[in-house]
Amino acid sequence: MTVEALMKQLFPAGHAVQIQGDILTGSAMTPKGTIAVMGTANHLAVGVETALALADFVLKVVREWPGRPILMLVDTQGQRLSKRDELLGINGYLAHLVKCLEMARLRGHRLLSLVYGEAVSGGFLSFGLMADEIHALPDAKVRVMNLPAMARITKLPLAMLEELSSASPSFAPGVENFLQLGGVCSIWSDMLSEQLANALGRQAAGDQRRQQGLQRLGRKLAHQVSQSVTACGPGDG
Amino acid sequence: MSDLSGRHRGHSYYEANARGRITHLLDAGSFREILGPTERLTSPHLELLGLPCAFDDGIVVGHGRIDGRQVLIASQEGGFMGGAVGEVHGAKLTGLLELAVQERPAAVLLLLESGGVRLHEANAGLIAISEIIRALLAARAAGIPVIGLIGGVYGCFGGMGIVARCCDSLIINEEGRLGLSGPDVIETTMGVEEFDAADRALVWRTVGGKHRLLLGEVQRLVEDDIAAFRSAALETLEQPIQDLSLEALEAEHQALSARLTDYGSCQDATEIWSQLGLHDPLQLPLLDIQSFLKATCKIGREGA
Amino acid sequence: MEHLRFEFKTPGNRPSGRASALVGVVSSGNLEVMVESTDLNEACQVEVNTSARGFAAIWQAVLTDFAERHDLAGLRISINDGGATPAVVSLRLDQAIEEFLGMSS
Repeated sequence: MTVEALMKQLFPAGHAVQIQGDILTGSAMTPKGTIAVMGTANHLAVGVETALALADFVLKVVREWPGRPILMLVDTQGQRLSKRDELLGINGYLAHLVKCLEMARLRGHRLLSLVYGEAVSGGFLSFGLMADEIHALPDAKVRVMNLPAMARITKLPLAMLEELSSASPSFAPGVENFLQLGGVCSIWSDMLSEQLANALGRQAAGDQRRQQGLQRLGRKLAHQVSQSVTACGPGDG
Repeated sequence: MSDLSGRHRGHSYYEANARGRITHLLDAGSFREILGPTERLTSPHLELLGLPCAFDDGIVVGHGRIDGRQVLIASQEGGFMGGAVGEVHGAKLTGLLELAVQERPAAVLLLLESGGVRLHEANAGLIAISEIIRALLAARAAGIPVIGLIGGVYGCFGGMGIVARCCDSLIINEEGRLGLSGPDVIETTMGVEEFDAADRALVWRTVGGKHRLLLGEVQRLVEDDIAAFRSAALETLEQPIQDLSLEALEAEHQALSARLTDYGSCQDATEIWSQLGLHDPLQLPLLDIQSFLKATCKIGREGA
Repeated sequence: MEHLRFEFKTPGNRPSGRASALVGVVSSGNLEVMVESTDLNEACQVEVNTSARGFAAIWQAVLTDFAERHDLAGLRISINDGGATPAVVSLRLDQAIEEFLGMSS
């Protein structure tokens, strides 16, 4: 779905979202009031400029509209792969965006994500994955790496990875796999504006992804392991 | 075997493994491991793929003391799958950061050595890194300083490069490398003309400890000696906590914007060093740490 | 992966050491060895998980040699192997016992 078509469905009451260089920023009307909207389009690879522009927007929202919910629309093929970005410290720029979003959350801004295109690795980590709730359209493409590339790098047979993918959601790309692992909260198939209003109406409840991964039997260990660690007082080591 | 700066001398951080680093960084005998190897919490995904597991899934976490002060510590084992983060590995680190909020140690020390997401369990690894980031920032928001140490063979890349820059403060040696996409990943994807990963001098001046210090991406550059990392960690503990306030992030925003304006068109680290006003930038990679710090002391160190 | 189990009858005394010790790292050509105390008084159990298939006889030989060099009653030894040579295996086994007995610095 194009971002324009998506926003038409998400915000029937209208929006003022600008698209500049595949970066989205602006606001939209919802039944729960005005929200801030930010994100990426056309599978944009997140480089230093992208991260800085999005962080700039988050800082502006926090300054000018305290408490306004922020919806992140995600379509990124990942981080930009270039020597120049590395030279400038791209990880620091992405971390800056992440910290700005956390600061917004700490100051009471609700953070929601909707993956409507691709959501890959570092690009996804730097904003979409920071939300209180991460939702996705059914045809969203969420991944770290496709199976042929994974087979090449891990030197494992592709047929073996394909076979295992039917048994475990941890290997193959796909929004259903991320749903099962708890990385995606729910899939929005239709009634997008209603889904958004419902999500805006819920309270943030901390990072629920490990519990969801366990309930959906996609990540059976993460919740238990982290709980075991937090249960260890200084004397129990 | 003692000196004024710490108890140990002459243990290379670069060459030590995850457990050796903890042993020599903390007060002798103070380390208490959580979910140690006898618990056998190995990766179920590697097992499925027929690959050897590690009893600690490549990360050691626990309690300890540094100069008498209670800390929580995590140490990634680069030798096992390049320190990459899988489901169990990530959950141990997330749990440790959540424990910090309950226990309020003097600091959390993260000995980072990782290529990022473990591709053999890629989806679980990516989510795990996002959970680490949230838990780390929650610990910081609760007022617990999180200090990152980087200096192993595998560097600190991928999602863990983002995790590193979410810390309050970073300590690195010259051998340490910090970035997002590793040079070999860029070369494989974009071609050797974009980044020649075999050109070691190019790699180190682009992502190595010296450049990271000059850029303000890390706060302390130390000798490759665990005792030097220990001293730097103790110094860092004396610093005021970096908060996550709007003002602090606006200041960071300005610094990062200025960096992009000033150096955004530079093709090589030496051009940046030259613009910083440093004499003889081509010589900087050759200097030992003390001479390097002396030659560059006029550069304001961000957040140091 | 190959999973191998060995048991050695060891009439000696149970060595007193730490509850457990771990040495080495699982990487290509390397291995980790974990030693734990058990209640088995006159036996030593060894469990090997190795990425290199078909070397059971060599493991048997290396471990028999190791068992003859040390007093191993009441120990459980667990190995994760990334394809180490017999020489590296022997070295790590000795290091693990030293660490277990608290002899290493």
